Amino acid sequence: MAGDAEAFDSFVGHFRAKIFHYSWLMCGQREDAEDVAQDTLLKAFESFDQLREPERIRPWIFRIARNACLMKRRKSVFAPQNELSLDEFLPAMEREAGQVKLQIADCSGLPDQSLMRAEMKDVLDRAIGELPEAYKSVLLMRDVEELSTQETAHVLDLTPDVVKTRLHRARLAVRQKLDEYLRGGAVALARQTGGRQDGRG
Amino acid sequence: MDADEQSRGFKHDRSEKCKEVFSLLSDYLNLELPPETCAEMEAHIGACPPCVEFTESLRKTVELCHQYKPSEMPAPLGASTREQLLDAYRKMMESRKSLPA
Repeated sequence: MAGDAEAFDSFVGHFRAKIFHYSWLMCGQREDAEDVAQDTLLKAFESFDQLREPERIRPWIFRIARNACLMKRRKSVFAPQNELSLDEFLPAMEREAGQVKLQIADCSGLPDQSLMRAEMKDVLDRAIGELPEAYKSVLLMRDVEELSTQETAHVLDLTPDVVKTRLHRARLAVRQKLDEYLRGGAVALARQTGGRQDGRG
Repeated sequence: MDADEQSRGFKHDRSEKCKEVFSLLSDYLNLELPPETCAEMEAHIGACPPCVEFTESLRKTVELCHQYKPSEMPAPLGASTREQLLDAYRKMMESRKSLPA
């Protein structure tokens, strides 16, 4: 029995944190995220015999968590569904010394393999948190949990093509926020004050 | 040339190929494109500094998302919740042991 408890603690410790994080970003409420994590684990233990391929436990658990999130959201407020258009993420261009250049930050300023700076993490928190739900869920599954396109499609009840389209737009939106941060908030400020970025394609 | 005219001119500097690269970039980074499309994109990107710059910028964004860890962690499990989950876990283990080999 001691072995059981050890395996249980390891399983619960690992998946509870992951489900909580996903649910917190999707539901926006700590209390809801705690409930979703607990309900998901309970349901996973109770219906474990339905898992046909044990190596696919992560997508299986996330599918349960996603359904639990949807149930929570039905009980609370529906967020408006915004569509992200590809065009809004085309960066502006400028000509400098006869060369056409993109108006984007030098991305060598982004931390690469090193630990993410706290400030950058806040920007990423906000950038992901502000994505419309349909895009956020795809980005969390594909780029944060690193599930495959097929697994993400299964978790979210989407076709692989829709997963690919949404992932690209979500990444572009996050890239744009990071770019604004790296450029010292000038673009964000211009938008907040009603300024327009010219030259979008 | 005023700013609007300049802006229109810059739009024309972005070729249709750049826009195609822009629309397929995540599939390219995910290695989810057919080889011939991938080769076409690489040929264009190799000769187009703005596309190189944008590709690198999106690649870094994806890397950051891979490194992204939660800021918030759940509160420690309460004793009664842990007991409820452990009970369900043990029942699951028992039912698995009773399955025919």
